[in-house]
Amino acid sequence: MPFLTVDHLTHAYFSTKSVTTALEDISLEIEEGEFVSFLGPSGCGKTTLLSLIAGLLQPTSGEITIDHQTIHRPHKRIGYMFQQDYLLPWKTIEENIYLGLKIRRTLNDFNRTLALGLLDQMNLKETQSKFPHELSGGMRQRVALVRTLATNPSLLLLDEPFSALDYQTKLKLENLVFKTLKEHKKTALLVTHDIGEAVAMSDRVLVFSANPGRIKSIYTIPEHLQRMKPFDVRHHKDYNEIFQSIWEELNQLEDKD
Amino acid sequence: MKTKIDQAHKHFLQKERTIKSHVFFTQLLILIAFIGLWEVASRLQWINPLLFSSPSSIGRLFYEKVVDGTLSIHVVVTLTETLAGFVIATVLGTTFAAILWWIPFVSRVADPYLVIMNAMPKVALGPILIVALGPGYSAIIAMGVLISLIITTLVVYNSFRETDPNYIKVVQMFGGKKIHIFKEVTLPASLPAIISTLKVNVGLSWVGVIVGEFLVSKQGLGYLMIYGFQVFNFTLVLLSLLIIAIMATIMYSGVGILERKLRNR
Repeated sequence: MPFLTVDHLTHAYFSTKSVTTALEDISLEIEEGEFVSFLGPSGCGKTTLLSLIAGLLQPTSGEITIDHQTIHRPHKRIGYMFQQDYLLPWKTIEENIYLGLKIRRTLNDFNRTLALGLLDQMNLKETQSKFPHELSGGMRQRVALVRTLATNPSLLLLDEPFSALDYQTKLKLENLVFKTLKEHKKTALLVTHDIGEAVAMSDRVLVFSANPGRIKSIYTIPEHLQRMKPFDVRHHKDYNEIFQSIWEELNQLEDKD
Repeated sequence: MKTKIDQAHKHFLQKERTIKSHVFFTQLLILIAFIGLWEVASRLQWINPLLFSSPSSIGRLFYEKVVDGTLSIHVVVTLTETLAGFVIATVLGTTFAAILWWIPFVSRVADPYLVIMNAMPKVALGPILIVALGPGYSAIIAMGVLISLIITTLVVYNSFRETDPNYIKVVQMFGGKKIHIFKEVTLPASLPAIISTLKVNVGLSWVGVIVGEFLVSKQGLGYLMIYGFQVFNFTLVLLSLLIIAIMATIMYSGVGILERKLRNR
């Protein structure tokens, strides 16, 4: 039984002057514990799809269910990581990682210890009483990960969370996020425009075409690569072949436009 | 190497101190020169001492009024009115802004009215306020409120609206409702904007209260100025003006201290 189902989903943006179809007839199923990437040119609606699954947007037609429950609003089993950390600058790191717990009124000693434990896992324990502006970009994104995990979601939506970082930090963070999500047995959806990142991290890669957004093709990453850390996948001999075929497919998509 | 850097740092600090003291002494010099020139010009009748008074007669008048106790009541009245106007305008303006932010329908309906009310010279409402509230403290305080209320509402509302939507999404993803968005994001993100309107409001409240006192009062510094003008006692007018300037500056610095306190939090 799939964990997340997207069923004949169509979404359009309305303005007084125009209607833009962002996504057309998207159907997909994701199993518990899977890591799936959405890859495609800009304007293919991959971020829109993520926002719809997050419950931040309501689909024009179609349905999204998680564990048989239809999504109408942000669901408590879903966590979201943004392109940037968006840590609240007037709160300390500790207050920031408690934000979700505070809003859900589940900020008790047990959850506090859990959140601080996660912070420690990220090697950020000493930043606890600092403010976000005192931390580097990579550290802040790690804090954002702790904040998301603190409410213990089953499904993580990752909206290009590594795109604003420098290359070295990005590679390290890919490994860290991958390891953390596997350890906690999370399901994850990653939106990215970085082919290498999609191949290195995912079990499956969904390639989208634009105008309107549709799923063009699906790549299942070979099992021996699925189990490896993202950094090691990037150096495996089979990596290039998959990279090349996705690269060519994306090129064809662009030429058509 | 270390000592060289230390030396350079010491040199840098010394230079900063020198510049700072130069600026201060120049400022002091300008003040002394201005007062001195004013005094001399008045004594030698370069300017009409009846109209422009002189520092020494202002000082004498100040001393007399402090000793016979007739000044303090006016200062207290005006200061109370101004503080009341300032606080009421800020609290009410922020509340209105919160309502506009909370209910988008209200803000769309209110938009043209706010534009008109903002464009209108609020001082022109003075006579109506006096008729409506009676010639007393309430009309003067209302004047002080009215003059800064609309601009406070608009500035704070704009700052509420310009809150980065991504912070709002963070709160929404945790299931946060509008109250959480307001408490955790919108209000703290707008604190700098609210404080800068406080700074503007200090000046505006003084304008409102002084104009109000011009129109109706029997007490206060605005009253003293009008009274001095009517009996041709310009020493009294200038003394009142000086006291207003000093008190407005003190209030302004008060807001500045508040601002630094909030920043350092």
